[in-house]
Amino acid sequence: MAEHPYGLIARFNTPGDLYHAAEKVRDAGYKNWDCLTPMPIHGLDTAMGVKRSIVPRFSLTGGITGFCTGMSMIWWMNAYDYKIIVGGKPLFSPLFAFPVSYELTILFTAFATIGGMFFLNGLTQLYHPVLKYDKIHRATDDSFFIVIETSDPRFNADNTRALLAEAGGLEIAELEA
Amino acid sequence: MSHASEHSAPAILNEVKATSLPRAKMVDNDRDFAWITDKICGIVEGKTPSWWWWCFAVACFMACFTVAGITYVVATGVGVWGHRSPVNWSWPIVNFVFWIGIGHAGTLISAILCLLRQKWRTSINRAAEAMTIFAVVCAGIFPVFHVGRVWYAWFLFPIPNYNNIWPQFRSPLEWDVFAVSTYGTVSVLFWYVGLLPDLATLRDRFALAGRETRAKIYGFFALGWRSSARAWSNYEMAYLILAGIATPLVLSVHTIVSFDFAVSLIPGWHTTIFPPYFVAGAIFSGFGMVLTLMLPLRAIYKLEDLITQYHIDCMCKITLATGTMVGYAYAMEFFIAWYSGNPYEGFTFINRAFGPYAWAYWIMISCNVITPQFFWFKAVRNNTTFVWVLSLFVNLGMWFERFVIICTSLTRDFLPSSWGYLSPTVIDIFTFFGTFGVFSVLFLLFIRFLPLMAMAEIKGVTPQADAFNGHKNPHA
Repeated sequence: MAEHPYGLIARFNTPGDLYHAAEKVRDAGYKNWDCLTPMPIHGLDTAMGVKRSIVPRFSLTGGITGFCTGMSMIWWMNAYDYKIIVGGKPLFSPLFAFPVSYELTILFTAFATIGGMFFLNGLTQLYHPVLKYDKIHRATDDSFFIVIETSDPRFNADNTRALLAEAGGLEIAELEA
Repeated sequence: MSHASEHSAPAILNEVKATSLPRAKMVDNDRDFAWITDKICGIVEGKTPSWWWWCFAVACFMACFTVAGITYVVATGVGVWGHRSPVNWSWPIVNFVFWIGIGHAGTLISAILCLLRQKWRTSINRAAEAMTIFAVVCAGIFPVFHVGRVWYAWFLFPIPNYNNIWPQFRSPLEWDVFAVSTYGTVSVLFWYVGLLPDLATLRDRFALAGRETRAKIYGFFALGWRSSARAWSNYEMAYLILAGIATPLVLSVHTIVSFDFAVSLIPGWHTTIFPPYFVAGAIFSGFGMVLTLMLPLRAIYKLEDLITQYHIDCMCKITLATGTMVGYAYAMEFFIAWYSGNPYEGFTFINRAFGPYAWAYWIMISCNVITPQFFWFKAVRNNTTFVWVLSLFVNLGMWFERFVIICTSLTRDFLPSSWGYLSPTVIDIFTFFGTFGVFSVLFLLFIRFLPLMAMAEIKGVTPQADAFNGHKNPHA
């Protein structure tokens, strides 16, 4: 037994088992816990009490920045910093600036979305106690896990273990920090 | 009122139930999660098959043609290509539009079909996105070297040149630079985000098998992904948004490519039908290429349970739909050329069908309009060899479409005194031929080192991934 364990991990065979167990853990009032699933499970967010992701806020910011960058860049380059008269056309018009601004909107949104997702998920992560668990390869293959952290105020080695067992958890084990 | 109608309704109505059609299975033979992981990872983990080495050697040899062709052009000058006045766009731009169009099916499969909740996309999206990226690489070669003095190609980017002059944003060619580079970048990002969970799977499997170096490399790119449900929640949202922005992106890219033509005044180019017509053509050619690539892979790696007959049917039907749209666009162009009363426009189209490039025009019509019509028949769609052969004709036809559009309009525009005829040189032909090698080298490396299919996504569309066993979520 490790001196300061990270938490308890339990395995479940099917998404259905995991779903019902997650509801029980949520209802028991735990906050610092997580499920590990090889693929996203439809509806698991509700079962875990996870709020809607805030990634779209990053995307919106990125998109607005991209569009404004495009418009102001084209105005500044072609109508302010170095004016070039071509075919008697206006030096700036939002119409000809639109296609490029549109592409930059998409480009910046993509970077902001992915950057936001990485930031919220804490990626790149060099180390995580869960990755040291010897059966963790099954979490990216065919099995489902619940991890409850010791940092949770409600964590109690015996009660938490009993809760996981009652919820149908198999092979309940302690994770080293 | 409602009570009266309830009572007066014939009793039989209570027994009538809406039909429920069985949903198509995405994975045949009820394969479980572990089977899917083993099957797809097995391709990467196994010994390199000898056919792979042979194909790789041939592909490298072919790619040398592009390298040699480009080296010769840079060392000598673009005069070694067949393009000269009046056809200054000629082969390189034909090839550029051809390759960039191929890419569009990848984004269609990964983005548009994702938004439309077409579950069959899951087993082909990874390879199709790889195809997109490699096709954009091949496409990019041509305009870069077509500028002539390739060492000035950076003038296209918003960097001040020697005289502090900026690019000129009133030109559709400049829009194209942004469209294509955004498209390439976003395609790579989208592909990588999709790969993330599968790279983690490979990392864990290599670590388990004791292959430390490989585990470290895949682990590096997996960024510490550990399948956390909280992470999946953000991941799925990000993936959905990427799909949401890649959809207008893919439509805009070929629209902007078509602006290169449509914004000019050349007869046969200056038409409003160009953007939708180009997009439909791009998706048509892309699906042709997806079929060309996926059918042999399915046979070699015995992936019939993952790429089922249902998948092939769906791809054939999209090819049929887009091919028919392209056929409609050809007919409509002809009609409008006559209906507009513009003599130059009218002449251009008569010249396309019966002028010096009539041979190319009729190859285009037979490959793009007639070939897909075979896909109406189930017997044809069930015959994978025949489907594969038809897909080759689609690829051929779409190359000729771009050739016809560029060559017929430029060789005979307004003044007969400036008419000409374009014949490619051997350098043109070799450089283009070699890009198939470049594409194949990249694609072979992809199937050797990366998971060919999105494992996590395929698992997600199997019936056993449903936490409610097909019933509705009672708490939703």
